[in-house]
Amino acid sequence: MPDMTTGQALNNALSLILEQNPTAFIAGEDIGIYGGAFGVTEGLLAQFGEERIKDTPISEDVIAGLAVGASMTGGKPIVEMQFSDFIVNAMDPIVNQAAKLHFMYGGSVNVPIIVRGASGAGTGAAAQHSQSLESWFCHVPGLKVVTPSNPQNAYDLLLHSFTDPNPIIFMEHKLIYKIKDYVELNDIPKESSMLGKANIVSEGKDITIVSYSNMVNISKEAIVAKELQDYSIELIDLQTVSPIDYDTIKTSLKKTKKLLVCQEAPSNSSVGTTVISKIVESELFNELEIAPKLISGLHSPMPSAKHLELNVIPQVEDITNAVKSML
Amino acid sequence: MTLSTTTQLELHRMMMLIRLFEEALEEMFSRGLLHGTMHLSIGQEATAAGACLALQKDDLITSTHRGHGHCLAKGAEPYKMFAELLGREDGYCRGRGGSMHIADLSNGNLGANGIVAGSLTISVGAALSFQMQKKDNIILCFFGDGAVNEGSFHEALNLASLWSLPVLFLCENNQYGMSMATDKAVAGDSIASRGNSYGIESIQIDGNDVEGVYENVLNFKNKILSSGGPKFIEAVTYRYRGHSKSDRNLYRTSDEIEYWKEEKDPIKRYIGKLIESGISEDQLKDIDTDIKDLIRKSVKQALDSPLSPITNLEEDSYA
Ligand SMILES: Cc1ncc(C[n+]2csc(CCOP(=O)(O)OP(=O)(O)O)c2C)c(N)n1
Ligand SMILES: [Mg+2]
Repeated sequence: MPDMTTGQALNNALSLILEQNPTAFIAGEDIGIYGGAFGVTEGLLAQFGEERIKDTPISEDVIAGLAVGASMTGGKPIVEMQFSDFIVNAMDPIVNQAAKLHFMYGGSVNVPIIVRGASGAGTGAAAQHSQSLESWFCHVPGLKVVTPSNPQNAYDLLLHSFTDPNPIIFMEHKLIYKIKDYVELNDIPKESSMLGKANIVSEGKDITIVSYSNMVNISKEAIVAKELQDYSIELIDLQTVSPIDYDTIKTSLKKTKKLLVCQEAPSNSSVGTTVISKIVESELFNELEIAPKLISGLHSPMPSAKHLELNVIPQVEDITNAVKSML
Repeated sequence: MTLSTTTQLELHRMMMLIRLFEEALEEMFSRGLLHGTMHLSIGQEATAAGACLALQKDDLITSTHRGHGHCLAKGAEPYKMFAELLGREDGYCRGRGGSMHIADLSNGNLGANGIVAGSLTISVGAALSFQMQKKDNIILCFFGDGAVNEGSFHEALNLASLWSLPVLFLCENNQYGMSMATDKAVAGDSIASRGNSYGIESIQIDGNDVEGVYENVLNFKNKILSSGGPKFIEAVTYRYRGHSKSDRNLYRTSDEIEYWKEEKDPIKRYIGKLIESGISEDQLKDIDTDIKDLIRKSVKQALDSPLSPITNLEEDSYA
């Protein structure tokens, strides 16, 4: 199998899901002939037809709502929010309905839906098309929140999300779509064992960097650059930000005793602050040699100008400096 | 209604300004000067020009992601718009908004919005202010055909009608919401009929006939001011360029695009009409030359102006 982009990997995963599951379908804006704003659904209309590749009007509320209703009645919907920012128009079906129905109805129904969306900044799309809203959904019991960082884990995580019986928010950072790498086209798993499991990207013993989504790639750049060559850095990709794999983080911290968290989202009430608070509350508190640190996006809407946008998003040198300051 | 020559030439001038402004942007984009994407309204100039010239300076508008034309027609300076797109300090939003989010409060533009239908409910609030403050003004709310399938469209129309608010809803039906043809996306009769269903007087007009747009907006504005309540216009038009810079136009034929360019172009049509009514080609040429000059100077001035400084953006997030 040749190398492929994350966009193509997701496309392959969707295609496999549709092929093997007659009740699976996709709905969203411009996902048919246009192939999705980021090309993820390209070719699926030709392959599976309008019955299962459903172009919708611009109506996020009903896109998410129809997923909930369909999933309660035997359907397996995968719906797309063209930019994940527009998910705010679909908050009721996701937050008040999908997340709660299984519990509220005493376990008598499941809501196995996937809501995919393009997240993150770096493309000059400005304040209303660049947000990283994943932590909003981490706050809601009943939802799982998945954040791939590369072609292979995007492919696998989407298949595992499909297998999971819960509602999944699947955030695809725009800057990972074009990353190209070898992808093993695995089969659809029997269980969603990959959700809630972090991945150790590189092993090390001096410091642990916990990250997710595209910030994993920025962290990787920092680690392999000359400036940090002499340090042994462990990089953990959370992959799922709700639930979070604390076991992997703790095992790593027992070894490194230093925690740096890197995320693109602003810090207030975020994934990073949650990770740090859980670690500080835990038995590991006494083992940490230095206060944990969080590198995050500024607490600012995303500006459109390139030089201002770069100022808001953490850059390689921010990570380099933070690591140096902690070692 | 016969329009004065001054008004006619102003309508023509504004359409030309919008077209040449956006053609200049295209050129800058291809030279790699612009970060991000943009949505061009080339082909739709008559709606923006006709509608905004029927308003007073202290009447308001809300605009969309495809908002350069609305902004210019409401009186914005090309220099400050170019500066905004180039991330300069002199830009209308100091480089924070960019193409999709220009607001120009000084001329009554409450801002372009990147959220489809995002401005409909905002326009209702602004109209409520006019009503509560007993002002003789209206707000004209621009939105696309794509917006009429969002829930907020329906909430906005319903409340504006119930409370008799001075808002003129103006749907620019350019027949596509990105790749989605309007007739595949909108159930029922015309978009205008949705206005009627909320008890709002509504009409469908030719959005490429600049005088028709001007006259209908003026007429509805006067009706709103004399007897209250919202009005609704569906202006049928057509976008020549892709939805944004990454569109491959797979959802429509090049014949269709060519037909609109050749047969229905608002500027070409109006030039024909003006010449028929006795305006000389030289007069029109002079206008074009002036605009080209203005654009050239504005681009250069914007490129020479300082970038927006990197200040404390976190502080800028709050008033
Ligand atoms: C709430 C929301 N959903 C989706 C989008 C993505 N989007 C931006 S413009 C657009 C098409 C809008 O169509 P229309 O309202 O007809 O305006 P036009 O682009 O034709 O001017 C879409 C789908 C968005 N910006 N906001
Ligand atoms: Mg449209």
